[in-house]
Amino acid sequence: MPTVAPLDLSGHCIAAAFLAGVPHFALADGTIHRLDHGHKTSQANDGLLCATLDQTGAKLITGGEDGKVFATGPDGEATIVAEAGRKWITSVAAGPQGAIAFATGRSAFVRFTDGRTKEFVHPRSAEGLAFAPKGMRFGVARYNGATLHFPATEGKPVELEWAGAHTGITFSPDGNFVVTAMQENALHGWKLADGKHMRMTGYPAKVKSLSWSARGKWLASSGAPAAIVWPFSGKDGPMGKAPLELGTRGNSMVTSVACHPSEEIVAIGYHDGMVIAARFADSKEVLLRRPGKGAITSMMWDEDERRIAFGSEAGDCGVIDITG
Amino acid sequence: MSDAQTQIPVTVLTGYLGSGKTTLLNRILSENHGKRYAVIVNEFGEIGIDNDLIVESDEEIYEMNNGCVCCTVRGDLIRVVEGLMRRPGRFDAIIVETTGLADPVPVAQTFFMDEDVRSKTSLDAVVALVDAKHLPLRLKDSREAEDQIAFADVVVLNKTDLVTPEELRDVEAAVRAINPAAKIHRTTRAGVKLDEVLDRGAFDLKRALENDPHFLEAHDHDHDHECGPDCDHDHHHHDHDHHHSHSGHGAVSPIHDVTVQSVSLRGGEMDSKKFFPWIEKITQMEGPNILRLKGIIAFKDDPERYVVQGVHMIVEGDHQRAWKDGEKHESRLVFIGRELDAERLKNSFDACQAA
Repeated sequence: MPTVAPLDLSGHCIAAAFLAGVPHFALADGTIHRLDHGHKTSQANDGLLCATLDQTGAKLITGGEDGKVFATGPDGEATIVAEAGRKWITSVAAGPQGAIAFATGRSAFVRFTDGRTKEFVHPRSAEGLAFAPKGMRFGVARYNGATLHFPATEGKPVELEWAGAHTGITFSPDGNFVVTAMQENALHGWKLADGKHMRMTGYPAKVKSLSWSARGKWLASSGAPAAIVWPFSGKDGPMGKAPLELGTRGNSMVTSVACHPSEEIVAIGYHDGMVIAARFADSKEVLLRRPGKGAITSMMWDEDERRIAFGSEAGDCGVIDITG
Repeated sequence: MSDAQTQIPVTVLTGYLGSGKTTLLNRILSENHGKRYAVIVNEFGEIGIDNDLIVESDEEIYEMNNGCVCCTVRGDLIRVVEGLMRRPGRFDAIIVETTGLADPVPVAQTFFMDEDVRSKTSLDAVVALVDAKHLPLRLKDSREAEDQIAFADVVVLNKTDLVTPEELRDVEAAVRAINPAAKIHRTTRAGVKLDEVLDRGAFDLKRALENDPHFLEAHDHDHDHECGPDCDHDHHHHDHDHHHSHSGHGAVSPIHDVTVQSVSLRGGEMDSKKFFPWIEKITQMEGPNILRLKGIIAFKDDPERYVVQGVHMIVEGDHQRAWKDGEKHESRLVFIGRELDAERLKNSFDACQAA
């Protein structure tokens, strides 16, 4: 039986993540809580808005209302890695060789590990950010599409157009596809080789959580009363194929998804705080956590594929051990 | 949907540079009223108050990808409101200050069209600051000044000490002609009582129109005004039957550079089976031309007043309260917009009356 070790915090959890095997919970007030032989707390941003793990999994990168980007290590030590004035840092992403991207207003910045910073100004707000899995390339979700930059060179950006407001972005793990989340309850994808469009619609709510399955064969998403899982194993991605609908519930929406690191299983978090795991092959479900106080906002599996750290809007966070 | 108690009220403050917006904002932030405000501004500018809940954001208008040109939202507000609402204990209300040139419509629509924003906040009122001295000039050179007045629930007619009583009368008439439903306050140095601009509940169907004396007044005047050569509305006096005292233009001002018009309709008890399809059709077809609509509807055999309000194609309605003893069961509806066909609106509204 799965067991839950709760950690009751007060405040909206932005990110639940494992740093060097230690569960961390970053809250909107900028406190970062960790369960490292007891509950310990450190402070990053004054008002934390966005967070991501760096590519080594050893640091939590956070951006916030204070216009700063912090990197917090597993010892709780938070260092400022970038400052951008009084405007909010609304998105962060981590890339290869320690590179970090962050967005404020219409600018996206890339900070290389040697401290050099490059600014990319867009005509409209830079909404979501993501690095490509290979090479020094990152994508910016924006109004009417996405822009792909090559920050290490002077190369021209690649513009991907699709009408509407794009707020989030992710690359498939093989680098063949870019998928954005939109303001209007839909995902949009591009096959990078030929620019072919992929429309993924039918969501009753905005998609706020996306997770690629092992080897990028599937893309799981929130925004419906079930986890909507699109097949990406074919050369044209999900076009002409129906997605899987896993963990369908009549009384609550899926707010967070996290695919298992190696198997075709997804952890699904709901608006009422429930967490289940569902298997792609046969849709079999296992209850991992009963409903709690608030919507699940973030989940992550650990490297041992045994534990899931989860956070909620109301602060009732915790760690699920699926082996019991 | 969250319950109303957890919804944070949002006041939208519009007005041109120099209209007194910053003065009013500074008063709201510094006066001792026991409430804390988060303020979303386009530029920190001259707000002289140190408050870490003043958030700067770039005006970002997003057209929704549904083929409707008037379905616009402010993407930056969605992001900022979402961020603020993750730590709701810090403030009691939100104020959105727009630039002088900002279109108030996407700002307001954000609070209706985005589900996340809508579930956590509620639009309280749109307040327009107007510089009494410079309004005639503004109306000549921009459409935004007119839109801001047309869209407002409360108009603060400021700097009244800089104009003569005659000029003030004309300016007020111009405001009234653009928006007969707004509450107008004459002030100097933005000295309006704060409870006249905050916590108004103007979009709250239960409260809207309750404190709206102008709207409730009978508009029993004739169209006996002087028109400029470019005035193209018909000049004959309409001969309505007794409970339709007014249609066509609202009050007409001597300052005649306005393209916004209002159409006020009055009638008796309505047939709900006719009224609902009608208002639906009107807002679908005329939506892009309708800036605001507000109304109180008396339905036949219904013991309660029904209130409606709308922005472009978004229209909401609900029962407000029981009709009081002796209160006249009368329906009133005002449309504020452009290129409205007053005659057609009136005739089709009349056709919705209960037999």
